[in-house]
Amino acid sequence: MLLVLGALAGCSAAAGGAGPAQPRVVDPSAVSAAQPAADRQILHALNRLTYGPRPGDFERVRAIGLSAWIDRQLRPQMIDDSATERALAELTTLRMPIAELLREFPRPDPKLREKIARGEMTRQEMQERYPMEKRPFRIAAELQAAKVIRAVMSERQLEEVMVDFWFNHFNVFAGKGDVRWYVSAYEREAIRPHALGTFPDLVRATARHPAMLFYLDNWLSARPDFIVPAGPNRGRNAGLNENYARELMELHTLGVDGGYTQRDVTEVARAFTGWTIDRPQIDGRFVFRPLMHDGGEKVVVGHRIPAGGGQGDGERVIEILTRHPSTARFLATKLVRRFVSDTPPPALIARVAATYAGTGGDIPAMLRVIFESREFSGEDAYRAKIKKPFEFVASAVRALGGSTDAEGGSALARASAEIGEPLYLAQPPTGYADRADVWVNAGALLARMNFALALASGRYPHVTVELPALVAGTDSRSPAAVLDHLLATIVANEAGPETRGVLAAQLTDPQITRLSTDDRGPANTDVAKLAALVIGSPEFQRR
Amino acid sequence: MTTRRTFLKAGGCALVAYAAAPRFLLRTARAAQANGKVLVAVFQRGAVDGLSMVMPHGEAGYAAGRPSIGLQPPKRDEADRAIDLDGFFAFHPALAPLVPLWENRALAVIHACGSPDTTRSHFDAQDYMETGTPGVKSTSDGWLARAVKTRPANPTPFRAVAMGPALPRTLQGDVGAISMQSIERFDVRAGSDGSVRRGFESLYEQGVRDLLHGTGRETFEAVKMLRSVNASHIPPANGADYPRGQLGEALRQIAQLIKASVGLEVAFADMQGWDTHVGQGAERGQLALRFREFGGALAAFALDLGSKMADVVVITMSEFGRTVAENGNRGTDHGHATAMLVLGGGVRGGRVYGRWPGLARHQLFEGRDLAVTTDFRTLFSEVATRHLGAPAAPLFPGFRATQPSLGLFA
Repeated sequence: MLLVLGALAGCSAAAGGAGPAQPRVVDPSAVSAAQPAADRQILHALNRLTYGPRPGDFERVRAIGLSAWIDRQLRPQMIDDSATERALAELTTLRMPIAELLREFPRPDPKLREKIARGEMTRQEMQERYPMEKRPFRIAAELQAAKVIRAVMSERQLEEVMVDFWFNHFNVFAGKGDVRWYVSAYEREAIRPHALGTFPDLVRATARHPAMLFYLDNWLSARPDFIVPAGPNRGRNAGLNENYARELMELHTLGVDGGYTQRDVTEVARAFTGWTIDRPQIDGRFVFRPLMHDGGEKVVVGHRIPAGGGQGDGERVIEILTRHPSTARFLATKLVRRFVSDTPPPALIARVAATYAGTGGDIPAMLRVIFESREFSGEDAYRAKIKKPFEFVASAVRALGGSTDAEGGSALARASAEIGEPLYLAQPPTGYADRADVWVNAGALLARMNFALALASGRYPHVTVELPALVAGTDSRSPAAVLDHLLATIVANEAGPETRGVLAAQLTDPQITRLSTDDRGPANTDVAKLAALVIGSPEFQRR
Repeated sequence: MTTRRTFLKAGGCALVAYAAAPRFLLRTARAAQANGKVLVAVFQRGAVDGLSMVMPHGEAGYAAGRPSIGLQPPKRDEADRAIDLDGFFAFHPALAPLVPLWENRALAVIHACGSPDTTRSHFDAQDYMETGTPGVKSTSDGWLARAVKTRPANPTPFRAVAMGPALPRTLQGDVGAISMQSIERFDVRAGSDGSVRRGFESLYEQGVRDLLHGTGRETFEAVKMLRSVNASHIPPANGADYPRGQLGEALRQIAQLIKASVGLEVAFADMQGWDTHVGQGAERGQLALRFREFGGALAAFALDLGSKMADVVVITMSEFGRTVAENGNRGTDHGHATAMLVLGGGVRGGRVYGRWPGLARHQLFEGRDLAVTTDFRTLFSEVATRHLGAPAAPLFPGFRATQPSLGLFA
């Protein structure tokens, strides 16, 4: 009987919700009653600047003060992160230079594959000759595990968020050719050191990194009359490749409507001819080859670059593009979209763009303008962003007070892929989108619920979640108390009244609340299932 | 077919919700009324060698460039050779399962088809083919999604379905396309414990009307609709035997959705493994194995659907073709034009469409590849307009046909 009543109670709300479309309204009684304004600011900042709050984070931030905490996050080198470093120690490829990776993880011999195709060798023989742990695949796999470990455990949360943001902005695809060997070094050398530095430094570092040179084909780009003098392509006319030039303007700096023409694309491509990779399969180092370079004059978005500039042509192009007002606006828009809303407020974009122009693209300065803005702390922005799959996975582990080793990191990376975001494997140069409509679809939503269930039920053996600790101090014979506690720690009491009602109704389900043998009432609340429901709830998909 | 009865079995909570707002019942009823035309797109990822798939055996340039991987020209009554189609073109021998469809004119070939953009990057070329805008990367949605959008409203959660872990570029856009790995696994996997599924469902059923709740509700409608029609238990008909592998699995399940009358309009399936740079083989070998699965899956699909194929068209595509000449590793490198297949109701099959550009050196694109004589948008827009009744202009913005229609449909 209880079951029926509970279901009906949950459903009357359901029937009401199925009515005509209404604008999204925040029930003020549900939200502000739960949290005073200052506490909400802390929660909001934790949700946006980190991969989600862990149990106790809120209290820690409140103790040192929100603005002091933000200051620290903006200067990650001041934060001790040795525990994370220890967790990463077993991932040896993270620290290897490209040349060593190329030596340690040799390219599969095409003759072996040919032998298999002809039936002269079995797959098993191939496995023995060429074991999994020596395959280049391992480089990206360890990088994926490291990304998960850092997102879950690092104290330098804002830095991790920004590394993800900039890698995605300057995306390379770890599955394309030689990028497999370069991708780890790319994040380590080109992205991470500048994630909270200046934007022009990011453009300079990515432009000359072998990963970007290979991914967007600039390493092949040469003056139109250049004939390859040696190697397997000897005698071929390599020609101009516009791929990098186009993406540099469209995706990295000016934006697609930033005011450049096809003519500018060709001119920028000419400027970057000769920026290539030295012995891609042995050294994998940047080199400028004057023989491939087009020495003539170029004109880029109205700026003349005189003939004979050599390698300096590309550097001059970066200077022109990173000083362009379109770049300031394009970046401001992307940052505001990440931290504030899918529909970035124009007034805030203008202020962040002005900061870019005034500081030469100083990233912490731009972020500070966002974090201190009324748009950031406004009602419209509160829990308005849908978590990307990776943000969802990491935040779920953090919310349960979890930690992981490398193997668990790989399993969680697979979970992120199942929900739609395989790490380092976005094929197009646009990277992954930062808008809700891209991530919210039927299969992905079921995958989120199934992940919540698997995680809370302990089906990720190398991921430790602390469910008992999470509800420590509450009476496990009182399901309502357990639920209150879970809602407080996982969604900081921000569950809407409907969600709370549905979850309360679940408490009457005998499969969730097992009856004890004595007559003193329910016992052994199935904390895992309740926690799974909270993590799979609409509220927890938001940040 | 869903009846009111299967519905009542769906459980207490659903009953109350739908008694108040019988949206699901309405949806099912209207889905059944939709005109029933289905377009299935099959993507051969990695660039299929169109010259091996549909071999131009009447062309002198073919054998010259392919000493070790060239197919033997067809010969009457000799097995294990290419299968003649019209005296000039021939199927790869592993495509033998498609021959009956060719003979009863359900299957057409479009050769020398491809993109006007010259990129040889898989990623760019796939992006262009899926968005339907060659050379433009900023297109936010895919052409198949736009095709669904132009059609009359059809309130089923199953208008557009992609079999796979993520929504492909071509179905991204504002049409609520569903991606699923398998019909059977499209559910909350809580074992026998129904309380968790009911819990999740209730969580998304009520509350504010936003993208998340809306999608959640549609998801559970889809889950329930699948359970109520028991789609995953519909067996293949007419003795159809799907080959194991990605495409066979996908097409088998797409056929289940069609037979379950869930209101499907557009379906999408991927097949990998066409990037044959090394050891591609000839009559046998790596590529032959791919063709065997490819042809076997398409033939099984047509057999399985039987008379329902009258309302279904399957179109195959690949981002570009491969070099005419083999490379130093007995494979082929990235080329330009390739061959595509169109199969199903209303198709005037048994013919190879498109102008053949020839394989003499001066006829090749950039001196090495089969030239494109049919813009893929000519083919796609003809299929979309004639089969789905969708207008071509919004599907392929910026496209102005420079050639007459192929005349693929009767």
